[in-house]
Order: sequence, then C-alpha cells, then structure tokens
Amino acid sequence: MTMTIKSILAGTALVFALSTQAFAAKTDLTLGVALEPPHLDPTAGAAAAIDEIVYANIFEGLTRIGPNGTVEPALAESWSLSDDELVYTFNLHDGVTFHDGTSLDAGDVVFSLDRARAEDSTNAQKALFAAIDTVEAVDDLTVMVTLKQPSGSFLYNMGWGDAVIVAPETAETNKENPVGTGPFRFDSWAKGSSVSIVRNPDYWGDQVALEKAMFRFISDPAAATASLLAGDVQAFPNFPAPEAVPQFEADPRFAVVIGSTEGETILSTNNGKPPFDKLEVRQAIAHAIDRQAIIDGAMFGQGTPIGSHFAPHHPAYVELVETYPYDPERAKELLAEAGFPDGIKATIKLPPPSYARRGGEIVAAQLREVGIDLEIIPVEWAQWLDQVFKAKDYDLTIVSHTEPNDIGIYARDDYYFQYRNPEFNDVMAKLDATAGEEERYALMRQAQEILANDAVNGFMFQLAKTGIWDADIEGLWENSPVQANDLTEVRWTN
Amino acid sequence: MLFYALRRLFLVSITLLVASIVVFAVLEIVPGDPARLMLGINATEDAVAALRLQMGLDKPLVTRYFSWIGGMLTGDFGRSYTYSVPVMELVRERMVVSLPLALLALILSTTIAIPVGIFSAARRGTSADAGVMAATQVGIAIPNFWFALLLVYLFAVTFRLVPAGGFPGWDAGLGPALASLVLPAIALALPQAAILSRVTRSALLDVMSEDYIRTARAKGLPANTVLWRHALRNALIPVLTILGLQFAFLLAGTIIIENVFYLPGLGRLVFQAITQRDLIVVESVVVLLVATVIVVNFLVDLAYGWADPRLRTR
Repeated sequence: MTMTIKSILAGTALVFALSTQAFAAKTDLTLGVALEPPHLDPTAGAAAAIDEIVYANIFEGLTRIGPNGTVEPALAESWSLSDDELVYTFNLHDGVTFHDGTSLDAGDVVFSLDRARAEDSTNAQKALFAAIDTVEAVDDLTVMVTLKQPSGSFLYNMGWGDAVIVAPETAETNKENPVGTGPFRFDSWAKGSSVSIVRNPDYWGDQVALEKAMFRFISDPAAATASLLAGDVQAFPNFPAPEAVPQFEADPRFAVVIGSTEGETILSTNNGKPPFDKLEVRQAIAHAIDRQAIIDGAMFGQGTPIGSHFAPHHPAYVELVETYPYDPERAKELLAEAGFPDGIKATIKLPPPSYARRGGEIVAAQLREVGIDLEIIPVEWAQWLDQVFKAKDYDLTIVSHTEPNDIGIYARDDYYFQYRNPEFNDVMAKLDATAGEEERYALMRQAQEILANDAVNGFMFQLAKTGIWDADIEGLWENSPVQANDLTEVRWTN
Repeated sequence: MLFYALRRLFLVSITLLVASIVVFAVLEIVPGDPARLMLGINATEDAVAALRLQMGLDKPLVTRYFSWIGGMLTGDFGRSYTYSVPVMELVRERMVVSLPLALLALILSTTIAIPVGIFSAARRGTSADAGVMAATQVGIAIPNFWFALLLVYLFAVTFRLVPAGGFPGWDAGLGPALASLVLPAIALALPQAAILSRVTRSALLDVMSEDYIRTARAKGLPANTVLWRHALRNALIPVLTILGLQFAFLLAGTIIIENVFYLPGLGRLVFQAITQRDLIVVESVVVLLVATVIVVNFLVDLAYGWADPRLRTR
C-alpha cells in the first residue's frame, strides 16, 4: 500500500516536472470570452462573439483595423485612388492561400464583395457596401472598385469583420467550418464549451508565435473570476466582472489593462414621443444625470463621461460633457418651463447587460430627484429589438452603441431615437462624400455639437474594456477599436 | 394488462401532443425575431427578410407547426436557427454531459440521504437527530450556486485539485472528464440530499407508527429487523416520488450550476436558445424533456409496484 502511494507521488512529481518544462516554451493560450458565437461566419451575423474569435485570426479583408483604430493593409498590400475619388485599385498580396489550399485571387474579392451587397445577402452590415457601384477583377492580383460617390470611410469599412474575403467554394459552410486566409486555421468547436484554432503553417505573412489558442465560453462573472484564479484560462480580454478587478490588481501574477471601446453608453430617448419630443424635457434629463455617479455605481469606476455620441479617444473628439452639467435645480426649472411643473411619469426598458440594469437603477434614482418618475422594465435582447428598436414602443432605454464611428445613425429617420434634424443630416451627407482627413474631422466636430445641444439622448459614458491576463503574456489589445481578439502579435514572454 | 398499456400509451401521446402545442404557441407569442436578433441593429430590412426566408420563418404558423411535428415523428428534430446544425446533434452533445452529471448527483444524494434519514429516524428525538435535522435545514437553505462557488474556491483555486469549470469531453479520458463533473455533482447533490433525507426520515416515522410495525415488534422481532425489513420498504414510496422529480430537475433544471461551472449541459442549451430565439431548439428540447419526465414517472410507477406489492393489482 505504501508502495502504491509512493509511486503515485513519484508519478505526480514527474508530471509536474514535465509540465513546468513545457511551460518554458509555452505556445498555447486559453482565453475566456463571455459569449458563445451563434456561428463563425462574420459575413452573416452581427454577434460580436463571432469577430472576437475569427477577426484577423481566421479571416482577413482587403484592409484591417489595427489596435489603435487605424486602417492598415491586409490582403491588399497597396491601393490607389483615382483623382475623382471614385475608383479604388487594390493590389493583392501574391501567394495567399485559403486554409483549404486554394489560392486567393481577384475573383475571390469580387465574389466576396458582390455577395455581401447582393439582394439576398444576409450581411448584418450591408450599409458598409452601399457606396460600391461595381467591383471588377483587372487581373489575378488587381481589383478595381468603383464607387457611386466619393466615400471617406470606404477603406475603413473594408476593414470590418463583415467585409472579409471568403472563397466561393466554402462561403456557405463558413458558419460551421470557417475557411479564411488568416494566420490561424479553425480546429474544432465543442458547442457550449470552446472553439480551438491552430497556427496556419502556410500563412502568407509572418508566422504567429502561438501554435494553438482556445476560446472558452464563460459568461458567469463569478465563474470568470475563478477560471482565471485557477489557471484554467490565462487571459480574459473582456472581463465581465468589474467588481473583481481590485483583487487582480493586487495579484502580481496578473496584468490588468483597462482600455477603451467604441461603446457609447447612452440613455436612448424616444424623440418622437411626447413629452420627450420637447427639447426642454430632454435638456432637463441631461441636467439630471450625474455621469460620474453612474460610472462609479454601475461600472465600479470604469468608464469615461461623454457629452455626445463620440468616442473620447478619437482625434476629432470634442469635450461636450459640460453642455448640460449636472444641475438638478435647473432640470426642475426646465421641466416646469416645458409645462410639467408636477413632473413626468415614464418607463425605462433595460436590456440584460449590467451597464444597463445597474446603470438604469441609478438613472431612475437620479431622475426621480427632479420629478421624473421611471418605471423600470427589464427586457431580454429579443424583446428589446422587437419592442424598442423595431416598434419604437418605449420612452427611455439604456444601450451601449458599440459600432465604431456610428454617429451616422442619428441621420437615419427611421432609427429608434426618432430624431429628425435636417441640419444634422446635411453634415452627415457631407461627411459621407468627403475624403480629406481635416475636413472630415471638422464635420465630425460639428455633428457632435449638434447632438449635444439637441440633447438627443442622455449621453452617459464610454464603455471601458477591462482586460485581465497572465503577466507573462504580451500582444493582446488594450483598446477595442473593433470587437476582436487579434492574436497575431500575442506571445508568452516566459 | 394490454388494455392498461394501450390506455397508458394513449394518455402519454395526448400529453405529448398538448405539450407540443403549448410549447410551440408560447414561443411563437413571445416577442422577438430570430433573424433580427442574429443580424443586429445595423442590419437593413432586406437582409433580415432574406434571413427569415432562409430560416423558413416566412411560412404561416400552422404550416411550420405541422412540418416540425411531422419531422419529430420521423425522428427529424429540425435544424437550429443559430447553429444551423441538426437539433438532435446539439442535444446529443449536451446529453453526454447532463446525463452523467444527473446520475452522478442522484447516486451521491441517495447514498448520503437514505442512510442519514434512517439514522435520524431510528434516533428520533435524540440530540443526534436534532443535529441531522439542523444540518439538512442548512443544506436546503444554502443557495446551490453559492455553495458551488465555495467548492470552486476551495478545490480549484486554492488546492488546484480539479478545474474550476468546463468539460474537456469524454475523448480527453475518463479521469479528466469525471474530475470536471465532481464539484458540480456535489453542488447539485447536497441540497437534494438534504431534502431526500428529511423525506426519508418523516416517511419512516409515519410507517413506524403503523399497526403492523407494532405487531412485528410485539412478536419479538429485533428493532433493526423491523426497521429494515418492514418499515423501510414501505417508507420508500414517497422517497421514490421525490427521486423521480429530482431526476427530471437534475437533467434540465441545473442551469445555474452549469453557468457557475460553465458546463455545456442541456440547461444552458435551452437557456441560450431562448435568449437567441432559436425557437426550433427550445421547442424540440422541451418536448424531449416532457417525454423524459413522462418516462421517468412511468418507471417510478413501476418501482412503486416493486416497493409495495399491493399497488401491483390496481
């Protein structure tokens, strides 16, 4: 009996020694992600969970968005724009192959872009391709895209996950078995558990340092914390439990990296429904909101106050938080001026994320102070899309708008804010047709100011990105200009 | 006997049919468009319409019900809207986690609860009995997700004996697979054991006051023989009923524990499918679960007959 115990101990010691040895040359990584994607085709779904696995890892587009939000070359090594700003000519990299061995040529690009903008396309971001008139293959490695009108954001748009290049042979099966051109190949998907990807030895660019990466789906905040502490996952790029962050900050084994996202978190207001169609009422709401209290209470201090619908890290950002500073007395006056001296009764519909549910409680308490009595109605996403987004049957709601550079949504007349301002639409139309950076920034500033002055929505804060990973990992993104876990530069330093 | 079986079968079919209609109707009434959910808020109306067409959601309600139910009868449970794989495949993948976990928890809770219940009943009124009762009260009151987290922090984070969660798959070997099921099984089993031991105790005490027990005692049988041979067997009826209910719960009602341990179980599949409006998955899995509950109840009925011969003739 003692012999057996001894040999077990010896065996355990040996395994332990081997595993420490393996640790020295670590080339695999397990990441935690909060949500499981419905499928793995970024050209047929809006779920951020899809891009969080495949973007830049499995699929690539003509261009790509870098860690700081800039447009970088990807499958197109270079491009030129005609003088009338209508024709883009893309030069593709030579020697690019898809994971199934077939080579990439101009025909695949034509196919991908035509498919995305086709009549029966199920691309979730069809608007990205709206400016395209025709796509032609000039030769095997040259593609010519002709636009209907000049578009300043075209190269950026082509860097979205929804605009990646796919092969005609595999386009229909990418949902289950994604075949791209990226530095990682899809390996396996254990539904409900994890997706694994492995290094693509035939990659056209530099080889990545990781041999294998696994994305594990862990949505419960307490479970996410435990999984990191137990070492089951070594990185959680979008950590879902802000309350547990101090614990990790105090632990030298982990790096806690707090960056920004493209998520403008706003108290969306139904501008088309009385009494919220009155500017004074919306201004009153803006004066009644104490942004820092919401950030502290709902997000444990993580987040940056915003005064309009624009990301603070963008070069064209204007500081507008003080347009309507926190001033409950002024809010009450404005309500009285608008004809509601006795206050207002309204509802607030809150979708599941904690920024909305926790933030909504605080917003309701703050608005009650000035006489706006909110009934809180929790809804699921499906209900939210149906009732709030589609039927516009709501007074107030809280949503983080996570698409990058999405100020243009305010120019859509049928959008759920029901905001209609011809002056703003003009600015957006000009922005669409302008390519020069300085002029574009000037228009963006103008747009931000219009929205802030109109108090279209209660602009609250920019959602933070909380990343926690093993202190020996480098190369993960600090910010998320697009929702991605780009692993191309990730390596173990030890 | 044949008539009995046929009648029983008829009732089961009616139950299943009604369940399928109710499930289908409820899910169709619930607001939420699976296509819009998949494509998000930036999608154009025609893209959503194209996806609805692909999913077959453009067909009228009645047509969809009959094609679903018709498929089920031939063993085709349809394809998941979100995953676009056959529903049966999804269920099978989850069953290999949920079923062993449920059985493990059930075995664990029974092996704890029945001896504890007997022990407690045999020492009724003593301080040992009071101690057991207090412990089971605590066991019922503790929220199982909280207890699960304690287990994780102790055994996974501090001692690193087992993983904090996840399921490596049976391909990874029996050891790792079982290791990942141990904590969830304990977390599930303990509250169940607490209930079960209280039921065992009170059932035993009820039986112990029956006339035939007094007779058995009067004819001079030792106390243990009376307890084990005469009392226990009769006390098993309510215990079996609870076991049947618990099994059905363990199979699909363990969503919270599955979340804490991020296990790919049936509960999470249904939950995820509901939030994603993957209606076909919800409908099919719920009907399958209804069928399982009916079968388990039937088995419990048979077990009644085994425990109490008087019930066989009815």
